[in-house]
Amino acid sequence: MVEPNLNDELLDAAIMDEGVAAELLAPGNGNPRPSSWRLYWRRLKKRPAALVGTIIFCVFLFLAVFGPWVAPYDYQTQNVKVRLDAPSVAHPFGADQFGRDIFSRIIVGTRNIFLIGGFGTLVAVVIGTAIGLASGYVGGTSDEVVMRLLDVLLSFPSLLLALVLLSTVGPSNFNLVLVVAILYIPMVARVVRSMVLDLKNKEFVEAARVRGEKRSYILFREILPNSLPPLLVEASMRFSYSIFLVASLGYLGLGVQPPSPDWGLQINDARNFLPIAPWLLLFPACTIAVLVVSTNLMSDGLRQVMLPGGGRN
Amino acid sequence: MLRFILRRLGFMVLTVILASIIIFWATTVLPGDVATMVLGRFATPQAKAKLRTELGLDKPIAVQYSTWLGKYARGDWGKSVSTDTAVRPVVFQRLRNSFMLAIVAFALYVPLGILLGLVAALKRNTWLDNSISVGSLAFIGLPEFVSGVILITIFAVELKWLPSQSAIDPQSTFVQAFPYLILPAITVALTSLAYVVRMTRSSTVDVLQMDYVRTANLKGLTPRRVLFTHVLRNSLLPTITVVAIGIGWLIGGLIVTESVYDYPGIGRLLLFAIQRRDLQLIQATALLIVIIYVVANLVADILYAVLNPRIRYQ
Amino acid sequence: MEARRPVFEIEGLHIDYATELGVLHAVRDVSLAVREHESFGLVGESGSGKSTLAMGAIRYLASNGRVTEGSVRLNGVDLLSLSGKELRELWGSRIGVVYQSPLSALNPSIVIGKQLAEVAQQHLGMDRAAAVGRVTEMLTKVAMPDPEAVMKRYPHQLSGGMLQRCVIAMALMTDPSLLIMDEPTTALDVTTQAVVLDLVADLKRESDSAILYITHDLGVITKICDRVGVMYAGEFMEQADLYELFKRPRHPYTLDLLGCVPRFDPTPQKRSLVTIPGAIPRVDELPHGCIFGPRCGFVEEACKAARPPLAEVAADHLSACRRWADVPPPAQYLREATEAVRTDVEGTRPDVLVAADRTRVHFKSTRRLIRGRAARPIRAVDGVDLEVRVGQTLGVVGESGSGKTTVARAIIGLTPATGGEITLHGKPLPPSTGKRPRATLREIQMVFQNPDASLNPTRSVGDAIMRPLTLLGGLSRQEARKQSKDLLRAVSLPVSYFERLPHELSGGEKQRVAIARAFAAEPELILCDEPISSLDVSVQGSLMNLLMKLQVEKQTSYVFISHDLSAVQHLSDAIAVVYLGHVMEIGDATRVLTPPFHPYTEALLSAVPLADPDIVQKPIRLGGSVPSAMDVPSGCRFHPRCPRFLGDICVEQEPPWREGEGDHRIYCHIPLDELTRLQAETLVLAGAEAGA
Repeated sequence: MVEPNLNDELLDAAIMDEGVAAELLAPGNGNPRPSSWRLYWRRLKKRPAALVGTIIFCVFLFLAVFGPWVAPYDYQTQNVKVRLDAPSVAHPFGADQFGRDIFSRIIVGTRNIFLIGGFGTLVAVVIGTAIGLASGYVGGTSDEVVMRLLDVLLSFPSLLLALVLLSTVGPSNFNLVLVVAILYIPMVARVVRSMVLDLKNKEFVEAARVRGEKRSYILFREILPNSLPPLLVEASMRFSYSIFLVASLGYLGLGVQPPSPDWGLQINDARNFLPIAPWLLLFPACTIAVLVVSTNLMSDGLRQVMLPGGGRN
Repeated sequence: MLRFILRRLGFMVLTVILASIIIFWATTVLPGDVATMVLGRFATPQAKAKLRTELGLDKPIAVQYSTWLGKYARGDWGKSVSTDTAVRPVVFQRLRNSFMLAIVAFALYVPLGILLGLVAALKRNTWLDNSISVGSLAFIGLPEFVSGVILITIFAVELKWLPSQSAIDPQSTFVQAFPYLILPAITVALTSLAYVVRMTRSSTVDVLQMDYVRTANLKGLTPRRVLFTHVLRNSLLPTITVVAIGIGWLIGGLIVTESVYDYPGIGRLLLFAIQRRDLQLIQATALLIVIIYVVANLVADILYAVLNPRIRYQ
Repeated sequence: MEARRPVFEIEGLHIDYATELGVLHAVRDVSLAVREHESFGLVGESGSGKSTLAMGAIRYLASNGRVTEGSVRLNGVDLLSLSGKELRELWGSRIGVVYQSPLSALNPSIVIGKQLAEVAQQHLGMDRAAAVGRVTEMLTKVAMPDPEAVMKRYPHQLSGGMLQRCVIAMALMTDPSLLIMDEPTTALDVTTQAVVLDLVADLKRESDSAILYITHDLGVITKICDRVGVMYAGEFMEQADLYELFKRPRHPYTLDLLGCVPRFDPTPQKRSLVTIPGAIPRVDELPHGCIFGPRCGFVEEACKAARPPLAEVAADHLSACRRWADVPPPAQYLREATEAVRTDVEGTRPDVLVAADRTRVHFKSTRRLIRGRAARPIRAVDGVDLEVRVGQTLGVVGESGSGKTTVARAIIGLTPATGGEITLHGKPLPPSTGKRPRATLREIQMVFQNPDASLNPTRSVGDAIMRPLTLLGGLSRQEARKQSKDLLRAVSLPVSYFERLPHELSGGEKQRVAIARAFAAEPELILCDEPISSLDVSVQGSLMNLLMKLQVEKQTSYVFISHDLSAVQHLSDAIAVVYLGHVMEIGDATRVLTPPFHPYTEALLSAVPLADPDIVQKPIRLGGSVPSAMDVPSGCRFHPRCPRFLGDICVEQEPPWREGEGDHRIYCHIPLDELTRLQAETLVLAGAEAGA
């Protein structure tokens, strides 16, 4: 009888999953392979954690858009009768020290997080991509200078830089978006630049140069489309970190300002009531945890699906 | 090798100088009128003018900057407006406290992170790996104030094992402070732990797929020997860089955590300075943090180069 | 011949992989036996399962791989029933392995000596000192110069040839019964390959080990193996002794493979090569009946009914073909299956299209910053003179680091020349693409080495071919679409490929698209930079046929760059042999391939493994490795390695160009008649068949 193979964890994994499939199933007799997007979806389906993360993320996205209409109460309405009430059917997450419905405040608060994180990330991606493309393609001394400057920005721990900037310009939603963007531009630019450096000496780009294509054509038609998967992965990771950052800033009092509901701020306010009304603190905390974890699961899933074997975080 | 170190050192100095410009610009130029910012919109013009002269704000920016940097380099970090004391001793005292906290956190997450990362890599694609990976993914983005308050709720409020606040006397010795360090240290460690776990796992999985691991296996070495002499030597090398970069996380974590626990460290000091709009204190603290971070990265770079023969014998 | 004892026996082995696309039967019902002192060659194209078979047989499989059926015995011990611990005792002691890429097979952060000593300590029970002694002994045995110094080195400090010797020494440390060599010379230069192959041949004579030698290269097989098994899509097609297999193959696949490889043939006449239609089937979509059936020229209805078993058709000769008796001898088949493509009369000399005159490409060294010493340029191309004639092919041959690719890049302007002049139709070309007018750009196109990178992964095949038509040809989209479909047909691809994305194509198909794209601009010159070297032999053959066919049709000139002398001589009208950025010999192909040779050309010719066991090549081996282009040796740059080194003159003076017949020039201190005299008595291709 044949012995099952060794279940030895040290045996190499060089030819695993996609690897062996690619080798053994090299496209041959005109069998078209599935398109990349269909392949991504097929891989995503095999990763339940990533799938769950994506679904939860979509729920939050829905709340961010339709929150005020979904929320059972107005987030500002103070009802003295229910001050510090424990969770009940009427107030599923309880009520705060002013008698405001915590559930509603959390739902409405979603929008700010998504707006600031989303716009901040978007701005960072657009500007970072532009810098990365230009710097990487031109190369030489200017590239060296630009990258050195971005390195300086990266040598600040991100929260520190955010605090220093916000402490002087003052926290407003606009400034928050700006700060998120400034923090993430260097990171996006680095990712894009390294893609450009990798791609610009690829033969298909050289073939374009040999044809006499313009620079803009080479950058936007040849290089950029091929940088999209890592860029998308980077953007989703940046977004999940921006949730982390915006919530932390809110907690430190430099995020979204009252009376707008902010999860971090809610937690900070709730600390004083911890012994008597822990739900004040636990529900926002758990919401942040759920959103952050699901976003992370989603972006990590995206990374594994779109850059198998390659990308690192 | 010496040239490599000197070059890195040069870059480091350059980075610190550029960082100081950013800090100076953000705290002095960006707010518009500093005097208004410090004294408030309703201060008398005389008071504002007096403050401007005091702070040297009537001089050109370049002069202000070089004066400030010169003083900083000489150790004259100015006087804090809010506490009315010299900045430097306070900053260093708080820095010492943050170091105590960081060291406890470090001792927690570095060995544990490497261990968990290794286990996940060796048992890759099993339930153990999946739970470690998903677990670390969960913690990596969990803000410290969230994990902090949850830890406080469990261990301080419910179980009453540990103090919920760590507002110790800033002068306490390590031994005195230790009970107050445990919860904050765990809080800080969680995020960084997740980070180290993930990076160790991924670098180890990479190494396990290398041809030389196949060679080592087919030499007939015992699994233990393959792991210790061939895998770890290469897979733990990138972990050095990871740990150094993780110090950035650690610092961010300290700022939030110290605030959650009211612990008198440098992060709490920075926040205090920000709340009080104490420019001298903000500048001094922020620049010091940047210097520490940059130095940590430099040390890691050099260590990496020294331990990696491919760089050593270039 | 007495029956030798089988050392390693595989019987009815099946290996499966569990993948995201389901279970794949990578190796099916495979049997073989390797006897003592014998070397068994496992030949096959990529995807044939040859490495999976070897690694699976010694039970080294990834966690998703599984041996499902069969038996494997080493000296009578059933490997499949051993525990992990027992297996590890065999690995490295009774079984030694040599790998394809020696640099990645050795641990980058441990010194060589320690990595080798480990084996002696583990299996021979030696202490550290004794193990070091054993390592020194073994390194001496593999002819390693200065073993003590080598032992203190890290892998990245040694050349590929040296490293491969270390790996061989490591594999032989314990006198294993079985030595598995998995493409051990594929990553090496041809001259280094020759040295390593000599070494393996020597070791084979001296040691008792049975060798399982895996390769895709039929030439290498003839140097090493006694018996050969030909694998195709996870099964054996044929097994026979070496001479028998090459001279009287009994399977159409073997016959075709032999015909795909260009023969050495120093006549200006050009013949096509045998092609195999289609591609290796995916292991999850195997055809009914004979798995080679759909591609076979001998196929009948009956072949499709049932899969023919591997059966003994003559003494020690197994074939999996029903019609083995109808398989003709290779020489006859070659005449029938190939045709003359061009029959140029010698002496016609078309005009010069492109000429390079003392072209130089020097790069600034980046090491200046670190080392601080005076900046020495990297002299990638260092004074190259050559000319390409209208409608002809100039073959450029040289080892890695010879600067052959950089020459091409300088001609097309991707890497601007820093000195000398390049002319097109006698008019000087601006150095970089950016400065060349569109009309000039159109005249020169390029086919790149790496098929996976030469097409934009996000653009369809049709887009790729249409772009030069609209941009350089000035056609409307409508016209371009029509013409690009014609081009697809011209490179023998179905028109339905127009909408495909590159990842849906095989390597050979991608390269066909790249060729179509190059021809779309209707250039006068196409630079082919190793266009076939990453492909399987059968695909190489059909691409060479395609290039020849298109050249005849369109009268396009080629510069064909390759390290593979067989391919170069097959395609070229003229050949330039380059070494360390300088042309050593140039002239008509016939003249370059017959004496007098430059000593370097002579060494290259001697090192090429030819797929014909009748040919005996005089062993002329080069020591050392190609020096860095930053430290080009004085005088004649080839002098440190030259087998015909004269003395001080070679060190001190640059050699003169010695003019031979026609365009033939040799860059050497030795006069031509002297070279002819020296080389006449040692004819390199002894016994080669003259012409086809």
